Amino acid sequence: MLKNIILPFILIASMHLSVYGQITEKPGFGKFALVGGTVHTITNGTIEDGTVLIHGNVIEYAGQATSFDPDYTVIDVSGRHVYPGFIDAGTRLGLIEISAIPVTVDDAELGNFNPHMKAFTAINPAAVAIPVTRVSGVTTVLSYPTSGIIPGKSTLINLYGYTPDSMAVVQDAAMHLNWPADGRRGWWDSRSDEDIRREYQRNLKQLNEYLEEAKTYHQMMEVYEADPSGKMRPTRNADMEAMRAVYRGDLPVIISVDREKDILNALEWIKSNTHIRAVLSSVAEGWRVAGQIAEAGVPVIVGPVLRTPARGYDNYQRPYQNAGLLASAGVLVAIQTSQTENVRNLPYHAGYAAAYGLDREEALKAITINPARILGVDHAIGSIEAGKTANLFVSDGDPLETMTRIDHVFIRGFNIPMVSRHTLLYQEYIERDVN
Amino acid sequence: MRPSIILFAIVILAASVQARASDTGSVHIKNATVITISGDELENTDVVVENGIIRAIGQNLATPRNAAVVDAAGMYLMPGIIDAHSHLAITRGVNEATHPVTAEVSMYDVINPNDVGIYRALAGGVTTIHTMHGSANVIGGQGATLKLHYGADAADMRFAGAPRTIKFALGENPTRVHGQGSNVQPRTRMGVEQIVREHFDQAIEYREKRTRYEQAKALHERNPRRNPAPEPVARNIRLDVLADIIDGTILVHCHSYRSDEILMLMRVFNDYGIKNYTFQHANEAFKVAPELKANGAHTSIFADWWAYKFEVYYSTPYNAAILNRYGVVNSINSDSPEVIRHLNHEAAKTVKYGGVTHNEALRMITLNPAIQLGIDHLVGSVEVGKQADLSLWSAHPLSIYAINEMTFVDGVRRFDREADGDDQRLQVSVTETYDSMAEFEAGRHHDACMEDVWLFFGEQNSSAQHQLNSRFNGIQQLNGHLH
Repeated sequence: MLKNIILPFILIASMHLSVYGQITEKPGFGKFALVGGTVHTITNGTIEDGTVLIHGNVIEYAGQATSFDPDYTVIDVSGRHVYPGFIDAGTRLGLIEISAIPVTVDDAELGNFNPHMKAFTAINPAAVAIPVTRVSGVTTVLSYPTSGIIPGKSTLINLYGYTPDSMAVVQDAAMHLNWPADGRRGWWDSRSDEDIRREYQRNLKQLNEYLEEAKTYHQMMEVYEADPSGKMRPTRNADMEAMRAVYRGDLPVIISVDREKDILNALEWIKSNTHIRAVLSSVAEGWRVAGQIAEAGVPVIVGPVLRTPARGYDNYQRPYQNAGLLASAGVLVAIQTSQTENVRNLPYHAGYAAAYGLDREEALKAITINPARILGVDHAIGSIEAGKTANLFVSDGDPLETMTRIDHVFIRGFNIPMVSRHTLLYQEYIERDVN
Repeated sequence: MRPSIILFAIVILAASVQARASDTGSVHIKNATVITISGDELENTDVVVENGIIRAIGQNLATPRNAAVVDAAGMYLMPGIIDAHSHLAITRGVNEATHPVTAEVSMYDVINPNDVGIYRALAGGVTTIHTMHGSANVIGGQGATLKLHYGADAADMRFAGAPRTIKFALGENPTRVHGQGSNVQPRTRMGVEQIVREHFDQAIEYREKRTRYEQAKALHERNPRRNPAPEPVARNIRLDVLADIIDGTILVHCHSYRSDEILMLMRVFNDYGIKNYTFQHANEAFKVAPELKANGAHTSIFADWWAYKFEVYYSTPYNAAILNRYGVVNSINSDSPEVIRHLNHEAAKTVKYGGVTHNEALRMITLNPAIQLGIDHLVGSVEVGKQADLSLWSAHPLSIYAINEMTFVDGVRRFDREADGDDQRLQVSVTETYDSMAEFEAGRHHDACMEDVWLFFGEQNSSAQHQLNSRFNGIQQLNGHLH
């Protein structure tokens, strides 16, 4: 049963009425003790009546201690729940302000092969959607570029900071690959079957040739760098240089792919490119080939969950069930929204996956520790553990439930003001002068 | 697809339609928690439906003859969800964008009752939709209020007794399509106002002349010698429809975002004596909630979509809570074949953002949209005498874990999760090859209302297509090109 009591909305920071549109309240920083809540660590079970100590940027302690130094600012969270900050493993947050206005859209560079493009460079720390997102408990997002076959590198950022540098968990988190589609892109795609086939083969050939070239470049550079003496320095090439991180194994390659046939093609390709740390993303039809994905041992970033079925004859529940079916097959699953201004709905994408078959604990992992693992940052974020970055939030209930409110958010140890343009507009207009 | 499979599919489809036809719309739902909307939430309560009408609500009721029995212990029964803003069943035929005023066209003429999206909406507990013309023109075509009788023909989808409606559109869309796209007025919000006024004036003049002509013609026919034949005034359907709006027999649903344009249309409507209208989308309605209330205007909004274009940049998901506080009749709509599948979840967001009560939240997807469509005396709440449009949920419908188990339209079970099969299409194309084609619609990043417009304006279409191909190179949301 749901609570029928509506918690009164607390007007936070009402002094900001006079500075409409601006968030001027500074976050607190230093030493905080969250006391009395149920702490959902994700990796080490649940701590009832727990204590979480935050010192600077990090979680210092999570357990049941009741005594600690008096210099901590105590926040009573009894009756509340503490969760690690949610991670959306696929967004364009910070890269797009208003998608209909091209001059505010920075996710899509011209050209088919752009491994040297860095989403990190185009992150706008002042994007209005950032505070809107973080007060919902989503503290960290992967923002990716989108155009061409290799659109560039995504960046993994915490949603608080005045510079991309201070926000970044990892400046360059992954290389992205839009898998060439061997099929129609939608009802508006009027190409003939032959043209589709030809274009797919041409794109795949281009991709393979490009990678072959990049590999050769990498090997050539390795040889030169190992012993430059007596050799002429090879000409540096920015995009080829960027691909070296993939060959060194420093960067995973996130392959965006949806159709059954395309997923199988991508898995085949992965098999013959064993030096690449492959991750599949989007995977609308992943459930159709869940066994094959599991067998290949490739993790997936599923989503959005809230989408229509891919085919007219598909059962209406398949998009909701996709993550659960993949997890049941043994695939490591993270969930993404693929969105910009609606990244705050990430918990509901996980919630729908949980309602339709994904174990609820797994649904939580899919937006915390699993994306951290897939991106190789699970030592730093994704759970409540001593030593990890203090990204966490306090809620009045199950955070996957729509009606649950978020009371406190900490990002990198900063006690974030629960203010965004959306709350400021509410405060201004709920009691508007009528004349 | 092989012919034998197609034949098999047709047989199966025919059989399932047959089964529905034999359902007379009588059902006894036992022991549910009944969310009536108009009154209290009733625990352990039965609802008895006969021939599509709710006959009794109470405890330990007798089962009428021929009524199916549904044991709903532990489940929640609520009115069928009503979506006041949809484009289902008219996909790819949304905009007659050829003139700033196209009041003569009607969505009833282009209904495809076989759109599988209808079944997916039923699966989400929806029983009635208002499927509308797009927003390319200041005054677009007439809307269609439909009961989701999936498997019936287009005529049987029509909601009997629903008043006529029409789509208006303000702001960026009509000014871009006509002013920017075709170099005709309106190019600005100033122009939008004058398009409305000019056409209303024409309609008033037309109706006067036409009425005078018809009266004179009748007199002439009665006594041709004393009454000479009047000079004919030709019928003009476009102006007829506009005159009916002024006469109050057509409800206006106006696509709008900014508060200034909302105020503009209320001023215009006051000048022409037009009442009972609804602002659709209305992302900035919260800024003029007292004015909306004073004019008796309604709003139908998204729960939280914003920032996909400039006129929705200054939005807030607290919109619904503010409108509710000022007593504006507000509904939550989908405008999307994806979002329509979980309007209960969208309604729950109004509780999160601004703390409306559970009943008020659910009212925004049931009784309030019914009021806006002029059908609240027939549907929108669980009351004796009303039509039995109901949805039955595994948990409280505002919970994200709630799953819709059954949907009844006029007492007929149009969706039953237990009996749900994979392929629910009613129309199978022999040329479509689904193995190579797939579509993905994921929420709202664009204007569904602008569908087809860029196909109409070839130049923009080709650049949009190019952008789409290069941006997504695959099948990410195809929505991007519809801005």
